[in-house]
Amino acid sequence: MSALDVRQRVRPEPPGTARREPRVTDEHGRRVRAGELAWRYLLLLAVLALTVGPFLWQLSTSLRGPTEDIYHSPPSFLPARPTLHNYTRVADTIPVWDYALNSLKVATANIVTNCVGSALAGYALARLRFPGRRVTTLVFVLAMLVPVEGIVIAQFTTMRELGLNNTLIGVVLPGAVGAMNVLLMRNAFRGLPYEIEEAAYVDGADVWQRFLRIALPSVKGTLAVVAIFAFMGAWDDFLWPLIVLSDPSKFTLTIGLNYLHGTFADDERLVAAGTVIAVAPLIALFACLQRYFFRGVGEGAVKG
Amino acid sequence: MAVSVRIRRQLPTSPWLFAAPGLLVTGAFVLYPFVSTLVNSFTDRRTLLPGRFVGLANFRELLHDDMFWTGLRNSTLYIAGVVPALVVLPLLLALLVQKNIPGITFFRSAFYTPVVASIVVVGLIWVWLLDERGLVNSLLETIGIGRVGFLSDQWLLLLSAMAVTVWKGLGYYMVIYLAALANVPRELHEAASVDGAGPVRRFFSVTVPAVRSTMVLVAALSSVAAFKVFSEVYLMAGPTGGPAGEDTTLVMLVQRTGTGLTGRVGYASALSVVVFAVTVALMLLVLRADRRDES
Repeated sequence: MSALDVRQRVRPEPPGTARREPRVTDEHGRRVRAGELAWRYLLLLAVLALTVGPFLWQLSTSLRGPTEDIYHSPPSFLPARPTLHNYTRVADTIPVWDYALNSLKVATANIVTNCVGSALAGYALARLRFPGRRVTTLVFVLAMLVPVEGIVIAQFTTMRELGLNNTLIGVVLPGAVGAMNVLLMRNAFRGLPYEIEEAAYVDGADVWQRFLRIALPSVKGTLAVVAIFAFMGAWDDFLWPLIVLSDPSKFTLTIGLNYLHGTFADDERLVAAGTVIAVAPLIALFACLQRYFFRGVGEGAVKG
Repeated sequence: MAVSVRIRRQLPTSPWLFAAPGLLVTGAFVLYPFVSTLVNSFTDRRTLLPGRFVGLANFRELLHDDMFWTGLRNSTLYIAGVVPALVVLPLLLALLVQKNIPGITFFRSAFYTPVVASIVVVGLIWVWLLDERGLVNSLLETIGIGRVGFLSDQWLLLLSAMAVTVWKGLGYYMVIYLAALANVPRELHEAASVDGAGPVRRFFSVTVPAVRSTMVLVAALSSVAAFKVFSEVYLMAGPTGGPAGEDTTLVMLVQRTGTGLTGRVGYASALSVVVFAVTVALMLLVLRADRRDES
């Protein structure tokens, strides 16, 4: 912060200019004029309607009973008699809770493998000396640049060779340790001051102790980012599970929804209830852990 | 001295133990498939049949495959439609949510919600919104424009899918721009104000030059993503790619050709090689444009 900012912040208000309107200030502590404030909020509300409105419309559709006209023009935004009937109907039509459980299994496994694998490899790249370290780093950088869409067919044949197609393990494996996560963890470990670990060598700590007791607790924030993006990536993924899963009993939620849409496209209330089931957990997670979601974008974009 | 201590406390194998899980997964499921895609593209391998080497036959077939040209056209159009919108709109949005006025954190988070939602959920929400009898058409009818077949016309379908991609990406790139805007010195804006520049003038002569490198980054990220588009179009146009398959994208073609028990792995690999080549070319192109701008 420059000296100029500080001066403006502490400058006392001239006497006799007390404003009646509420004093709204921006990030620099300067007052925002009422007119500007009004059009800013107007625009914000308009964008809000565009970004969140579609989700609310889907929720509203899912709560409408079978007799209510959902096609009416002009549309009514609230259901006349809200009912959870469509949610029980989804469960009768497809095993939606099994699909949710499959998604949860895949997402949880993806968190564990990504956190463990990328922390270990990131630590090796950042702190351990070994011949081939540069080549190993390069391997992860190259892997990060390979577009998944270009190798899904080969991943599919690889899974067939391993006998793992049509299993949840097959869904998890290709993304089990994301190269980008390895590089994120490497950078996090490199950012730690070296002195503490050096003191630990002197005290006789071996490499595993230094990793587990000293380095790992200091990078919890980055680890949380990796965990959240691993969860979101697995929960939202579509192309790969679509290719590797063919048995409807193994479907994850996204593939199940695609199936529901393909088979019952005319039943908008049913599809709407299915999509709400799929999106609600992530919106809840996002509401609780926003900080890490935003941090992940920043770190990912800089490295990507 | 410190070095010798370190060496004694670290078994020679332990660095490899640390790196092993990551290297194994990356090797087996990214690098090996990458190499085998390149190799398979020169064979006539099928899902259930081992292939023979066929030289450039797959690539020659590509040139005469109408579906390939349709896919290449749609994926390229997707870049043209999506990238300008994703470079400009999120920047404007970032400027809108940049000022710390009351409630702004709520708006920032709300604008990010579409990023968090699965593309399948987003796709299905818009399929219903843009339905012949859906909300958008109800509103259009109410204001007297009449109903539009967003999901039945080949070109409107592609445009609608692009709009959905932009809608889902807005919040993501907004956050990237917010980080860049935070680094723009306020003195620049003040100096421009003193010189009598209005908000529009200041946008073009202060904000845009200051976030130019971020705009290049966004262009690179969004063009690579746009070229590889799959889910939006698959969900909105259907697995066969809309009327007469005219909305098929390149990755949809890869998926359709290469999977299932009758999948033509060799030919799909040749298609994948085209996806790689264009992706790499796009990245190089954007980076070169960046360097030329700087000099």
